[in-house]
Amino acid sequence: MFNRDRWNEIIEALTANWFRTLLTAFGVFWGIFILVILLAAGKGLENGVKKGFGDIATNTMFMWTQVASKPYKGLPKGRRFNFKIRDVAAIREKVPGLLYISPRNQLGGFGGTNNVVRGLNTGAFNIYGDYPEIINQDPITITSGRFINYGDIDENRKVAVIGEGVKKELFKFGEEPIGEYIKIQGVSFMVIGTYVKKSNNGDRERGQKEIFVPFTSFSQAFNRADNVGWMAITAEDNNSITKLKKDIINVVKTNHTIHPEDNRAIGNFDLYEEFSKINGLFIALKGVAYFVGILVLLSGIIGISNIMLIVVKERTKEIGIRRALGASPWSIRGQILLESIFLTIISGMTGIAVSTGVLYLVNKILEGIPESEETMFANPSVDLTVVFVALLILISSGLLAGLIPAQVAIKTKPIDALRAD
Amino acid sequence: MIEIKDLHKSYQMGSNSLHVLKGINFSVKEGELVAIMGSSGSGKSTLLNILGMLDEADSGSYFLDNLPIKNLNEKIAARYRNKFLGFIFQSFNLINYKNALDNVAMPLYYQGIKRKERTDKALHYLEKVGLADWATHLPNELSGGQKQRVAIARALASEPKVLLADEPTGALDTKTSYEVLELIQGINDEGKTILIVTHEEDIAHMTKRIVNLKDGIIINDGTVKQVRANSYV
Repeated sequence: MFNRDRWNEIIEALTANWFRTLLTAFGVFWGIFILVILLAAGKGLENGVKKGFGDIATNTMFMWTQVASKPYKGLPKGRRFNFKIRDVAAIREKVPGLLYISPRNQLGGFGGTNNVVRGLNTGAFNIYGDYPEIINQDPITITSGRFINYGDIDENRKVAVIGEGVKKELFKFGEEPIGEYIKIQGVSFMVIGTYVKKSNNGDRERGQKEIFVPFTSFSQAFNRADNVGWMAITAEDNNSITKLKKDIINVVKTNHTIHPEDNRAIGNFDLYEEFSKINGLFIALKGVAYFVGILVLLSGIIGISNIMLIVVKERTKEIGIRRALGASPWSIRGQILLESIFLTIISGMTGIAVSTGVLYLVNKILEGIPESEETMFANPSVDLTVVFVALLILISSGLLAGLIPAQVAIKTKPIDALRAD
Repeated sequence: MIEIKDLHKSYQMGSNSLHVLKGINFSVKEGELVAIMGSSGSGKSTLLNILGMLDEADSGSYFLDNLPIKNLNEKIAARYRNKFLGFIFQSFNLINYKNALDNVAMPLYYQGIKRKERTDKALHYLEKVGLADWATHLPNELSGGQKQRVAIARALASEPKVLLADEPTGALDTKTSYEVLELIQGINDEGKTILIVTHEEDIAHMTKRIVNLKDGIIINDGTVKQVRANSYV
């Protein structure tokens, strides 16, 4: 297979009719081009949508209290209740496989009034009372100072970590915020750190305008006693939060004397479930891309097979001559197969090269879009596996395309082939 | 060199069968130059195809240099053709996208000879037919006579035991025909066994022996006094 003469023969045969070879090659080129572009587009969409999740730990659920909708053990329906700090310990004890349980409290919110003051500057921000683990669940990048730690929690320190957006509104340009005090609803907190947060479902702006303070000092300063506003719970990597969700909610229901079948008392949002849905969507999309791409490729392959048949027909006489001169059936068959595979691989590889070129250009253009703009499309790409799979498809399809023509080529007896005009 | 006994061949044409060769007995010794003559339909081409292992006889025996040629599969047939036989066709049958040198080198390629040696050999045989200067020309840049001489060089290149020529002058004018025949006579003088199928009397008389075929049997087989082709030109 790897001898120079054989390849010379192949090149000679293929270049004997340039235009036709080019047209034939185009079929496969186009097929693989479409396949790669489709896969990359799917990947780009996936990247874009998943970027919306930011760095948030996806194996996470959020849960909050609503209103009891069923009377239970003498308690009426329509009753309001709050999570308590002891619920955290109860969940941790009764539900194994959880990584983080972060109780959270919150001040402010959408359209809230100005609640933070520093000197003459005021602003409306979301203030969260949090445990240190929250930074692992909804990651932020600390740009100066530090995040809340357990020392702050244990000693009820009135310290705050503020977003770069908060810093911009409350501090002068170039002013160092660490060690300075801000007043949150009349209570002074010392700034110990600043952060930036990656994009979060279009809330990029809001994400920078949050203030984190220790959970314990939050409760103390804003009179929350042992109440918990809501919880963010992340399962360990090998457990799915969707499976553990029911157990967690049951623990809380027992603690708060809620009817076991009361589905409305505790609200929750399962990020993992949403993420799985989106994942499923993209797996389906990938499937469609492969399906369409391979079908287009198939028509290209049929094109090659067709042309090879014509070529064999046209070269009937030549094949006859070669056989009269002593070419064995296998050398003829091998020749046709190699020609077909060679043509497929060359055109397919050109397709891959051109499509990656197109992707490169698209990426260049996408990079030009300022990052603050939210796009549903990011970094369309194909990985090496795809290229490898495409190569395998190409080789086997080239073989397939050449099989019938090769058989036709040796079916004719040399004597008949010689007589043909 | 060639031993044929009671050779039969018939073709199936739809429902009727056409009996083309009806018991041919025939032998050729080494160094002979034989013309096989006959009108069209006499079976001369069929005989040549069987001799050339391009076709197979229905019955009878065929020995080539004491080697029985029988029940060959395509692979072995291809090898025998390559080793033992050189073909010269009426329509030259050169491969038109290969230059003269590559055409001549083709049988050597199928013998698995290395490129360098192949080129040397091919060039040697092109020289022999007087076309060394045309080595890099494509067939369509050559005249009919030149094409046939390239074909002869190709047939000689594999150093076969027998040359089989099917109407080698059929597509050539008289003058060129004689030139080609002169070449063939020259090769025969060096001891090569050559069979020529022709229906031209003058060409046949340039051989040493004429075998006449009619309706599938040999009606006449005798040596003739060879007319040298160069006596005409």
